[in-house]
Amino acid sequence: MIESKSFLTLLVLITILALATAIIYFKYPTKELKDRVNSWWYILGFFSIGIMLNITIAMFFFAFLSFLALKEYFTLIPSRRTDRRVMFYAYISIPIQYYFAAISWYGMFIIWIPVYLFLLLPFRQVLIGETKGFLENTARVQWGLMVFVFGLSHLAYMLTLEPTDGVGGKELVLYLVLLTAFNDVLQYVWGKSFGKHKIIPKVSPNKTVEGFIGAFFSISILAVLFSFLTPFNWYEAVGAGMLISAFGFVGDVVISMIKRDIGVKDSGNLIPGHGGVLDRVDSLVYTAPLFFHYVYYLYY
Amino acid sequence: MWIKKLFFILLVRPLILIIAGVNLRGKNNLPSDGPAILIANHNSHLDTMVIMTLFSLKTLEKVRPIGAEDYFCNKPYKTWFSKNLLDLIPLKRRPTKEDGHPFSSIYKALEKKEIVLLFPEGSRGDPEVMKPFKTGIAHMAEAYPTVPVIPLSIHGAGKALPKGEALFVPFIIDVNVGEAVFYKGESKAEYTKNLHYLVELLEK
Repeated sequence: MIESKSFLTLLVLITILALATAIIYFKYPTKELKDRVNSWWYILGFFSIGIMLNITIAMFFFAFLSFLALKEYFTLIPSRRTDRRVMFYAYISIPIQYYFAAISWYGMFIIWIPVYLFLLLPFRQVLIGETKGFLENTARVQWGLMVFVFGLSHLAYMLTLEPTDGVGGKELVLYLVLLTAFNDVLQYVWGKSFGKHKIIPKVSPNKTVEGFIGAFFSISILAVLFSFLTPFNWYEAVGAGMLISAFGFVGDVVISMIKRDIGVKDSGNLIPGHGGVLDRVDSLVYTAPLFFHYVYYLYY
Repeated sequence: MWIKKLFFILLVRPLILIIAGVNLRGKNNLPSDGPAILIANHNSHLDTMVIMTLFSLKTLEKVRPIGAEDYFCNKPYKTWFSKNLLDLIPLKRRPTKEDGHPFSSIYKALEKKEIVLLFPEGSRGDPEVMKPFKTGIAHMAEAYPTVPVIPLSIHGAGKALPKGEALFVPFIIDVNVGEAVFYKGESKAEYTKNLHYLVELLEK
């Protein structure tokens, strides 16, 4: 029963993506849109394999995603030669964080990065002894860890949640990721169709009030439609939808802020039409921990 | 050279392509066959590995990096590594009369239609700082004016593995391949300077 729910959802997603692909190829065949939709196929493929097969593969999948995102971030930010050693420990913390998620050790999972690494990474810098730029680098590295490792790893921890009401962690992750992705797409579509008023022109010139509001209401409805993947009743689902839509937007513009600060348009070019991994997980790094704690508070 | 291929499949490619990651521009400018001379800026031991990883396994057989004999062949294990895993052409930095023409082994490789990889700065420098090129490349270009010289820029390898450090830390490495350059009879100093300028342009 549990299996069939996530399979059914994936079938729905494949159908929607196939329709979107057909529309783009026949009606709007620009290179950018084609690249984007093609990349969505890859993302859907990797993601399905990543979460559907078994829990170990899923852990490696999400740990690797954190690694790719953190690497893009470290490549973008300015760094001194001595910072390499601190970054090395930041990378080493990834498998440890995902190990805590895999064995469902909630206590360590929730404090490993915000407490242990936060307190110990500055000490590694002290041992190197390069005083100039200490505070900037400590802040930059910790920020990257919090967002791309701690934040994203909530997806991995969510996968290990015990089933309640006939749905388990896999369904919850699927629900969160699909709503976050639809939120990005719907903000774009609503914005393109009805967008007039720019919401924060200095950071993200393409984001409009109309896009945000349109997506906010559509996602609230979709959240109820897909709530068979969750233990939620209808108003809990609406709440989850609003949370995901609003904070998906916030994550998106916060990552944009970093890119503006550094002066690049895309964080990389790993995913044709989307930019880098950071450009794709930007909303998710916000929605994953927030949605996780929403579910955790209500049902665990 | 199955051992060179194996070394690249099992170790170098996963390390460069998955752990570090390469962001390649100008892929079409890469030669699919020799003879050709590749030149690049040099900050890290990774540079050679990165450039050799850009080629298919079939073409990889023909790619021959040039390295200083006094550095790469001064110990038996290094000599073995350079000869078997990299298929390196050792170059004497201070040749004597008995050695014959200092570039004879490079010329032999070009005659065999191989792709020669050279770092005209001479040795690895500080990251993001390019030293002037040595004029050896101009001598080779003059001797083989029909062989394309392909400039490349590498950025980020010096962060992942700088000179004098043994700890490899993953960073994405940007590689930009420029269009082939041919020698047209200008002075050697001018030609070398121009190549330096082209690599600088590619860095942007």
